Amino acid sequence: MKRREFLEKCAKAATGAGLMFSGVAVNVSASAGLSKSSKKLINQDGYDWNKHYYGMVVNPDKCIGCYSCMRACSDENDVQDRGFRTWVERYTITKDDKVIIESPKTRDQSTDKDDYFQLPPSKEPNIERQFFVPKLCNHCTDAPCTQVCPVGATYKTNDGVVLIDHPSCVGCGYCIQSCPYGARFWDTNYLCANKCSFCYHRVTKGLNPACVDACPTGARVFGDLKDPESAVVKAIREGGAKGLKRSLGTKPKVFYKNLSQEVV
Amino acid sequence: MEYLNYVFPNEHVEWGLMIVAYPYITGLVAGAFILSSLYHLFGAKELKPVGRLSVLCALGFGAFATLPLLLHLGHPTRSFFIMIRPNLNSAMSGFGFIYGSYMVLLVLEIWFLFRAEIVNWAKSSPFGFIRFFCRVLALNVLELTPGALRLDHKMAKILTAVGIPMACVLHGYVGFIFGSLKANPWWSSPLIPIIFLLSAIVSGIAGVALIYWIWCFLRRVTPDQRCLMSMAKYLFGFLIIDVTLELLEIIHKAYEGKEEWEMVWHLMTETLGDSMIWIQFVIGSAVPLVLLGLLLLFRPGARLSTFMLLISAILANVQVLSMRFNVVIGGQLLSKSGVGFHDFNFHIWGREGLIACLVIGLMCALLVSTLIKIFNSTLANDAIS
Repeated sequence: MKRREFLEKCAKAATGAGLMFSGVAVNVSASAGLSKSSKKLINQDGYDWNKHYYGMVVNPDKCIGCYSCMRACSDENDVQDRGFRTWVERYTITKDDKVIIESPKTRDQSTDKDDYFQLPPSKEPNIERQFFVPKLCNHCTDAPCTQVCPVGATYKTNDGVVLIDHPSCVGCGYCIQSCPYGARFWDTNYLCANKCSFCYHRVTKGLNPACVDACPTGARVFGDLKDPESAVVKAIREGGAKGLKRSLGTKPKVFYKNLSQEVV
Repeated sequence: MEYLNYVFPNEHVEWGLMIVAYPYITGLVAGAFILSSLYHLFGAKELKPVGRLSVLCALGFGAFATLPLLLHLGHPTRSFFIMIRPNLNSAMSGFGFIYGSYMVLLVLEIWFLFRAEIVNWAKSSPFGFIRFFCRVLALNVLELTPGALRLDHKMAKILTAVGIPMACVLHGYVGFIFGSLKANPWWSSPLIPIIFLLSAIVSGIAGVALIYWIWCFLRRVTPDQRCLMSMAKYLFGFLIIDVTLELLEIIHKAYEGKEEWEMVWHLMTETLGDSMIWIQFVIGSAVPLVLLGLLLLFRPGARLSTFMLLISAILANVQVLSMRFNVVIGGQLLSKSGVGFHDFNFHIWGREGLIACLVIGLMCALLVSTLIKIFNSTLANDAIS
């Protein structure tokens, strides 16, 4: 075979392979729901995700440590054995300046039914003060998890909620490593990451997240940050609300009021 | 104020031994390639006996570099998503393209390096199917004129030149995956990619030195002393830079003394303990540095020199492997709460267990030895001339 012939055949083969591959890529990306029209999502109830931007204010002073939020979240979202979408930390500061942080154990770590979805009363005799801090995904404006996901399976919606598209997730666990708040966990059911979704299925129907409705003291306030009359905006305006680990530049949208310096 | 150990309830050590094995294997690939480039591109003639051998080693390890990742993924069947629908904001999304193009380059380079042999087999193998297979491999171009051979050589040289930055990107990228995570104070450092790259070169040179010696031993041939000493020289040099950068990173963290330093110090001295101080720094770094230093200073007899180099090469690989472990697992032992530590339990069985790691290692060894066996006579010629 002459060199020219050989090169001509190579060029034809490469063109054919290129066309085939681009065809596959277009097909797969279209079937995975990546077409641009999905950016203008308006659901059956007329919900327009461009008109909202959600956030939450947590007031630890109001939290009484009843763990109702955790149970409501578990019932609503069928939370599996290995993690919580939301959890409540109990901070005990002793008279000799020790900080003891505890949280209910996940089902796989729990050996005693007393510490599952609740904490047994503290046995520390020397308590200076004690308080509770509810934790959840902070739905960061600049979320590190959406940045690092190699396939875009975790993404931010236009209304500011960070979600996971489980059928797209390859299960690499990079997002779990990247979250500074420990909000993500490995879901043994889906074999990929899972976390709080702000109960997106409820929120888009005009309801509150399950944890917010279950809280008996109103320690969690949820609402639309675009609506100046919403409870969440008013709570922020009252002052003293700030996000966790702000130095990391993630710009969390869960704000904590009057947070004690011991909170991690 | 003193915190008692607390870790967030969702935290587990999610990245296990497979994610330790993955950077180790890609490191061997990148390192072996860079060693070969010293001969093919930078004119280190004394490395001729390992010039082509190291490229074959790179391919042998590279062929299985993705296996640990596939074993780790929750959904390995979706792994192609990373190339079909990548999120280009993610450093990890580059993997498929970087790895894929590097492997294509490696196969191409091997093709040019061994084309003469392939053509010879296509012409003269006693077996019909081998003749046919080699004819297909040679793309039915069976010319072996001096001009064609010169062109092969030139192409291999060009591919090596393109391959060096690609090998650096391949492994620097692995380091970047860790170094760019601001959530983890043990990982978050711009030095991590450079350290990964240097340790890759160390493990590659040491790995090829071992393979070369084993290959010579099995053929009952004395290894080329000049080649071994040259590898000892390069190993010594790269190990010095590697260990210096690793220490620099720790010293930098200590000197800065940010709030996480206390945790990092505890991680190094208590949680990782033996694995960091003894295995990585004393046995894996100090001992081979002293051995190689003595070897290069005093140039003892051939047998003792070879022995010292081999011990250093084994220990250098222990250093790199333990460094991968200390980075990957160590980073996850540090809780994101900043006030607690996890435990790590070795799994023996299972998809990500120790046995699976050993099987991958064995598969790499089998492929490398098969490739060497195929090109045995060619490589033997390299070693003589």
